[in-house]
Amino acid sequence: MIKLKQTKGFWLSILFAFALFTIVQIVISSALINFYIVNIIMTMGIYIILAVSLHLIIGITGQFSIGHAGFLAVGAYTSAVFTMKLGQPLLIGLIAGGLAAAIAGMLIGIPSLRLKGDYLAIATLGFGEIVRITFFNIDYIGGPSGMMVSQLTTWPWVFGCMLLTILVIRNFTNSTHGRACISVREDEIAADAMGINTTYYKVVAFLIGSFFAGVGGALWAHNFYIIQPSQFGFLKSFDILIFVVLGGLGSMSGAVIAAILLTLVSMLLTEYPETRMVIYSLILIITMLYRPRGLLGTKEVTSLFTNRRNKKGGPKDGNTHTVA
Amino acid sequence: MEIIQQLVNGISLGSIYALIALGYTMVYGIVKLINFAHGDVFMVGSFVGFYSITFLHLSFFPALILSMVACALFGVLIERIAYKPLRNATRIAALITAIGVSLLIENGMIFFRGAQLEAYPNDILPTNKINLLGVTVESKSLLILGVSVALMIILQFVVHKTKIGKAMRAVSHDAEAAKLMGINVNNTISATFAIGSSLAGAAGVIFGTYYYKIEPLMGVIPGLKAFVAAVLGGIGIIPGAMVGGLLLGVIESLVSAAGGSLWRDGVAFIVLILILIFMPQGIFGKNKREKV
Repeated sequence: MIKLKQTKGFWLSILFAFALFTIVQIVISSALINFYIVNIIMTMGIYIILAVSLHLIIGITGQFSIGHAGFLAVGAYTSAVFTMKLGQPLLIGLIAGGLAAAIAGMLIGIPSLRLKGDYLAIATLGFGEIVRITFFNIDYIGGPSGMMVSQLTTWPWVFGCMLLTILVIRNFTNSTHGRACISVREDEIAADAMGINTTYYKVVAFLIGSFFAGVGGALWAHNFYIIQPSQFGFLKSFDILIFVVLGGLGSMSGAVIAAILLTLVSMLLTEYPETRMVIYSLILIITMLYRPRGLLGTKEVTSLFTNRRNKKGGPKDGNTHTVA
Repeated sequence: MEIIQQLVNGISLGSIYALIALGYTMVYGIVKLINFAHGDVFMVGSFVGFYSITFLHLSFFPALILSMVACALFGVLIERIAYKPLRNATRIAALITAIGVSLLIENGMIFFRGAQLEAYPNDILPTNKINLLGVTVESKSLLILGVSVALMIILQFVVHKTKIGKAMRAVSHDAEAAKLMGINVNNTISATFAIGSSLAGAAGVIFGTYYYKIEPLMGVIPGLKAFVAAVLGGIGIIPGAMVGGLLLGVIESLVSAAGGSLWRDGVAFIVLILILIFMPQGIFGKNKREKV
């Protein structure tokens, strides 16, 4: 009974999630909305997966990675090869895409033990570029002109992957491992001194983050009919980065909300791509100048509803007269 | 002789990288910030040069100087508006702001003038072919190399012989102590941005006269590569940026000569990752112990 009480929030959110799923599914299958809006919803789901996976790396572990599009590309191309060239079903493609991206994440994560802050950022950016140029030069997957992929991504797939990503990363964050990652973010030297294997946790964060980025990439590939290396340049990495930064470095719900909002904004401005980028960059600069922790900081949306009653400041014994 | 030809091309390209890398390395040395917008200052410099040549009908050197002055002002403006309020913020906040500024300059440029290409007129500099020991060298590339080297010598003079240079070195060594000695840290940082940006502006004009085509996104890749060059030479060290830039240019040209022209852009980043893993302090850098 106590256990049920403790996990009440969890089951409520699962219930809410399935209600959301069913509603959207009914709306889609009854053809109430046109194809364009369905596509926006799918894109939103994929962006949420990407934002949450980057949130684990930047927001929780504090490793500033700006090569997320590289993992996205690895996942997209691997899954496309599995489904299109080898004739496997989408599920195999998703898993293969995720695993390939995780291996890539480990490759970039292991050198990152020696790099910090700015240097890591540049190394991940370089990694993203190397991935793009590599795909550019492989003729088997179409080289610069890209690869045709049939549309297999459906709402249940997107939703399932999104839910899985959020659940895994949420539970990871709340576990011992997640707390270790947070301590690495707060102060790496102190964490090291407390006996935390910082290298191990950094690699784990990269591994999990890039796995889900790869899954997102697989869904991406099967949603847009064609994938080209030029889609995965560093502008794509910045697109994902801005979700995490705007939502709040360290807030998963913030990243999700930012992903939803900015996808809507960019859909409204599809006709004016420069205006969109000008707005994006202004958002980045103004957020950093006036609210450097992002909209929600490290808080979650759920914490706005709970605990307010219990959190009354002041000393425990009710003494209001003592100074200091 | 083919290989020497490629070496000459590599040195011309490398001197452009070196000029941009100098700005990166100076700014990093003094405020520990990777100024992502530096590549875009290079682009703006190139456009200022283009407009002053086509509309104001200036010749090469006046256009170069005008572009350097414009970029110096632009660099100081960026520093004052975007980076100064973040002097005491976290490194990640400063880095994200730099990325934001970079995107803003690129897309602002596209917003106001469109994304179309412009081409530098090809009669700015005489195009004689000079035969040097069996290698044909364009007089243009020699002149460009000469201009770059002259700018680097002037920079060395400014940094080592003038008062502002002394202040810059002091602030990059220890900003707090420099403040106590009566150095105006804010002005010194602005001066660093001004000098670095003016070199990027010069690189922009040189790039335009050498490769003709310019466009609003032209600064991204050279900017990143110049950063690689700065890391290669040891970030924060001025001679390191020059050597790193030239070396990177030569490596790229040799790779294209060896038949990997499609991989040319990738080489710089592979060099970067190798350097970061095996020799993070760079060629000229000293190994520093981490302070707790």
